[in-house]
Amino acid sequence: MNDLKLNLVIFGTLLLIGFVFGQLAERRHYRAIREREAKLRSLLLVQTRFPPMFTNPPRTQLVTGNVVISVDYFKVVVAGLKSLVGGRMTPYESLVDRARREAILRMKEQARRLGATMIFNSKFELVSLYKGAQNTVQSVEGLAYGTALIPARQPGS
Amino acid sequence: MNKNFGILLSNLEIVPGRKINKHLGLVQGSTVRAKHIGRDFMAGLKNVVGGELKGYTELLQESREEAVERMVQQAKAIGANAVLNVRFSTSSITQGAAELFAYGTAVVLE
Repeated sequence: MNDLKLNLVIFGTLLLIGFVFGQLAERRHYRAIREREAKLRSLLLVQTRFPPMFTNPPRTQLVTGNVVISVDYFKVVVAGLKSLVGGRMTPYESLVDRARREAILRMKEQARRLGATMIFNSKFELVSLYKGAQNTVQSVEGLAYGTALIPARQPGS
Repeated sequence: MNKNFGILLSNLEIVPGRKINKHLGLVQGSTVRAKHIGRDFMAGLKNVVGGELKGYTELLQESREEAVERMVQQAKAIGANAVLNVRFSTSSITQGAAELFAYGTAVVLE
């Protein structure tokens, strides 16, 4: 009986910690994502494989960005309950959304550091990395990569 | 990805302003990496509160760079000076180990 109580207390504490810190972290992350997205909006992602013809051909370089994000305990539990009734898995929707947008931002930041103005043919990949108890997804990796076009210096400048 | 031995990497099929003289076929590189027990422990803690697992992010980035390096060495060995249409693929093999794979077409640019 005492064991059960102890287990319930641990479960409740983890749930609460997960909920409070998870929500805080997520809100903070989304705020950072929005700010950086606004800053990097001028760097265009172009989803075509062939760049247009240039009279002054730019340099090209592969750029990548990746991030591993883990779910919090509260979301794991909610997702576990959701999987009983089916429907939209909201706890994971924000997880994969954050992973992907963060990966894109890191790719863009690398491109900006190189002085690029555009990224062509960007590809995205999302992998669930770690399976916890009962095969629940615990963390996902978002990867984004593409070819950055770095304008050549104008002759005479 | 600095250790690319002067080989140009791109995931386009052409290089603006350069002509492709010769196609040398597929080159690939892969690496299987496992997690470090200390990192795994920290990640276990992080799984309660959620958020980015920085250790894993770095681990995967390093591994991917290694896969690219192996691909580049292969390209170098067959006399290419660029690898085009580079793709990445990741698969988790067992609990705690993932394969990072990079592949592309080796070409000789003029």
